[in-house]
Amino acid sequence: MTSIIDIQDVSKSYGGVVANAGVSMSVESGGITGLIGPNGSGKTTLFNSIVGYHPIDHGSIRFEGKEISKLPVQQIARLGLLRTFQQTRIYGAMNCVENMLISMPHRKMSFFDAFERNRSKDYERADVLLDFVGLYEKRFLRAGSLSFGQQKLLEFAMALMNEPTALLLDEPTAGINPTLINGLIDRLKRANTEFGITLFIIEHNMRVIMNMADKIYCLAHGRLLAEGTPEQIQNNQKVVDAYLGAH
Amino acid sequence: MNARQITLYTVLLAATLVAPFLFPDFRTQLATLWLMIIVALTWDMTGGQMGYNSLGNIFFYGTGMYVAAVIAIGLVYDVGEYTDAAGGGRFDFTDAQYFTGMLLGTIGAGIFCSMTAVVIGYLTFGLRGPYFAIGTLGVAIAAGELVSNWDWVGGGQGIALPVYPGDFDVGKLVFYYLFAGIGVVLFVFLKWLYSTRFGAAINAIRDDEAKAEAMGLHTLRYKLTTWAMAAFFVGMVGAISAFQLIHFEPLESAYQTINLGIFMVVCVLLGGKGTLWGPIVGAVLFHVFKEVTWNYLLGWQWVALGALIVITVVYFQDGLMGWLMHRKPEWFGIRVEEKTAGADR
Repeated sequence: MTSIIDIQDVSKSYGGVVANAGVSMSVESGGITGLIGPNGSGKTTLFNSIVGYHPIDHGSIRFEGKEISKLPVQQIARLGLLRTFQQTRIYGAMNCVENMLISMPHRKMSFFDAFERNRSKDYERADVLLDFVGLYEKRFLRAGSLSFGQQKLLEFAMALMNEPTALLLDEPTAGINPTLINGLIDRLKRANTEFGITLFIIEHNMRVIMNMADKIYCLAHGRLLAEGTPEQIQNNQKVVDAYLGAH
Repeated sequence: MNARQITLYTVLLAATLVAPFLFPDFRTQLATLWLMIIVALTWDMTGGQMGYNSLGNIFFYGTGMYVAAVIAIGLVYDVGEYTDAAGGGRFDFTDAQYFTGMLLGTIGAGIFCSMTAVVIGYLTFGLRGPYFAIGTLGVAIAAGELVSNWDWVGGGQGIALPVYPGDFDVGKLVFYYLFAGIGVVLFVFLKWLYSTRFGAAINAIRDDEAKAEAMGLHTLRYKLTTWAMAAFFVGMVGAISAFQLIHFEPLESAYQTINLGIFMVVCVLLGGKGTLWGPIVGAVLFHVFKEVTWNYLLGWQWVALGALIVITVVYFQDGLMGWLMHRKPEWFGIRVEEKTAGADR
């Protein structure tokens, strides 16, 4: 397998706080890669650096071989590299179907395409994906009136609607009812296998990430602490210590 | 469209056409009502549908007036000589010159305002929330002050345009139909625009612009296009207002930030932001309220208007349409569907 996201020696500080220091990792195309680490270890900062939310201080980030560390957020999204948010972000005043329709891949749209109405195949795709995440019955409700967990599912469906090549998920199971988590794991795996989307996932729930990922990176204090298969990570004494606060 | 909607629109269109004959004494009032509807609808394009509360849309109204006047005069005479108060020259316009000036002036005003909207938008759309509101207000105030010190366009004296040639009452009728015509075109245009992906895109910018960016929407392009479209219509009605008023000056009639500039916002808040009908309903209610208080509560009219604004903002934040939407969500298609046979439909 070839790597789709290449992160080389990336550093980012906020004033005196070093959030990422010389982090290098690569996300393999077509796989599921996990990113773990204690709170404040720089996981979300790294995600924000990848998708262009802030400039990085040092290093290089490549997506499909193209340097993206200087590109703005929208351009990176239009390359097919998408992210979801830790605090869900959906369009609250619009209903679920409208949320889905506006998430169509804008990289495939010209300016004048925007002045068309959505076609019936767009509606069908929106319905199929809403059904996929189990929100079909609620599709005409305002997205802002959904529960937090449902909004997370909607955000995930919106990301799928965008047909990304790679999807960065920031804690997809946080705040979701434990009984729904199994269903969500299944859907994430299916998004990977059926739709062929490369997944890069930040996750605190060890059961979830050990179950899904082919490869896991662990950050602590902004530095890469360990990398390997789920088994290797689970048996790595440094990772265990970091989570228990010994690092 | 179903039969009920067709009937409704036919009745409304017929009412629009016959209104000046049913109420011949109120022709100018009805024209002003259409002006309010147009500025409210265009304000709602950015304020309600896109979430950018501009307090500077009046800039396009005033600029439309000046551009139209300069074009209409410039086609026939030298603008500087015409506006030179000390010159005391006599400037006559033939009918053909008057109407050509009005037509080209109005179109020119719309196009010019669209272009300035792109330039101003490029500079101000980096501002969010209240900063955008104050930034655009600043543009309108600054423009008024600059123009009132610019002698070529008459300075603080303003410009006196030629009077409508022909019968005065027919003139009132012409201005009514000009405003009404632009209003109807604007309504049909917006009804179409809001049904396209473009309409959904600006709604997305309103709800969460950072998310829209993260999903790859061309946010700046959509914002500039929306404002340019709004400015096009505001510029045109500004131009027609200039010919209707005959004489206008920069601070009180062209760049009237505290009058029309605020009224358009109040209309939208009263009727309901982000809906197609809200600004129209709000403009009608507001205009009637304003004219009634100006007639029967003279001296207290500004107090009554202030009270109306306070009550709207405190108790009816979503406006009349928003209140209806809370009461009767099913009228607006908000419902839970029973689980049907999977996702195939």
